[in-house]
Amino acid sequence: MTRKRRRLIAVLAGLGMLGIATGLVLSAFSDNLVFFYSPTDLKTKPVPPGRRLRIGGLVEQASVQHEADGKTVEFRVTDGKSDVPVVFSGALPDLFREGQGVVVEGRLAAGTLRADTVLAKHDERYMPPEVVDALKKSGHWQEGEAQR
Amino acid sequence: MHRFANPARFMRLSAAIMPWCAALAAVLLGLGLYLALFVAPPDYQQGEDVRIMFIHVPAAWMASFVYALMALASAVAIIWRHPLADIAAQSAAPLGAGFTLLCLVTGSLWGERMWGTWWVWDARLTSVLVLFFLYLGYIALVNAFDEPGRGARAGAILALVGVVNLPIIKFSVDWWNTLHQPASVFRLGGPTIAPSMLWPLLVMALGFMLFFAALLMVRMRTALIAAKVRALRLAEVERHAAAVLTPRQAALP
Repeated sequence: MTRKRRRLIAVLAGLGMLGIATGLVLSAFSDNLVFFYSPTDLKTKPVPPGRRLRIGGLVEQASVQHEADGKTVEFRVTDGKSDVPVVFSGALPDLFREGQGVVVEGRLAAGTLRADTVLAKHDERYMPPEVVDALKKSGHWQEGEAQR
Repeated sequence: MHRFANPARFMRLSAAIMPWCAALAAVLLGLGLYLALFVAPPDYQQGEDVRIMFIHVPAAWMASFVYALMALASAVAIIWRHPLADIAAQSAAPLGAGFTLLCLVTGSLWGERMWGTWWVWDARLTSVLVLFFLYLGYIALVNAFDEPGRGARAGAILALVGVVNLPIIKFSVDWWNTLHQPASVFRLGGPTIAPSMLWPLLVMALGFMLFFAALLMVRMRTALIAAKVRALRLAEVERHAAAVLTPRQAALP
């Protein structure tokens, strides 16, 4: 075996080991690498009350209620299977609307998330508005990310 | 492969290709910017803000591509000890760091407009920040040694180790919940981006690629010439030293 060949095998073997090690570490820490939990995760893995957490999902249709003080808003975040009520007081991102993906951050109190941050997600689709209108008219439009 | 990796042949070839590469890059970037800013339609959700994508996405692609290239050159340098490979890796690093910074800055601006935040520690954003620090670490490590050969070797190993970050960047949006949306172009089932927006994006991406190629050739040529100047200076000093020393040595019995 020539020295070049030995070095080639050493590099490939090193990269292979490194890949396996990284894969194991990432899968072990997978629970901590998620940016947010879904409402279903919340039902199956109870969190201690008072701990800060993020929940992601879609703003449920016809769930948004603006309070009389003009800045407090109540809505429900759903992943299609379960949902979580959210109370938030502050400025909402422009993309916030019913059916939109959001990530809310705050503390749970009596089953309601008291959020201090609401972030909007946008999906991976980029389209001109006319195309979306045409798709909606023909009934081929799928709303939000719930289908994934 | 080895035929093209000869430094003298590289100097000849790159002198011929580089100007064309730079000119085509300028044309494509000009055309791409015009298409992106004036021809492409606004997005159904993001409106006019979507135009940040035409800078952000090619910069992000280049950030990963340049790192992959740097790692490949480092592997060639370690295995086949090729003189041009180290120079290619070291010349590519600052360019890759630049693309990564551009990606991070445009992404931050876009995030503030769309998500409502400049920065979050989700898997995609964090792994790209790690990529930026890998570039900086590589540049620092290569220059940390007095003897260039040792710096190149240490840097090559760091570049290879950092390769594990590339699949993490690519698949972070699929493996974990992230604020960043999943891939729109390189995905199973085809792009989810309207052709009227995809075309300007691809023109910009090709422009970025040629811009990088032209700059890489300029940097590699400069590095080769600098190495030659250093060698000539050393030879000059040695000749001078020999001229001073020889008569005295000759006078010794």
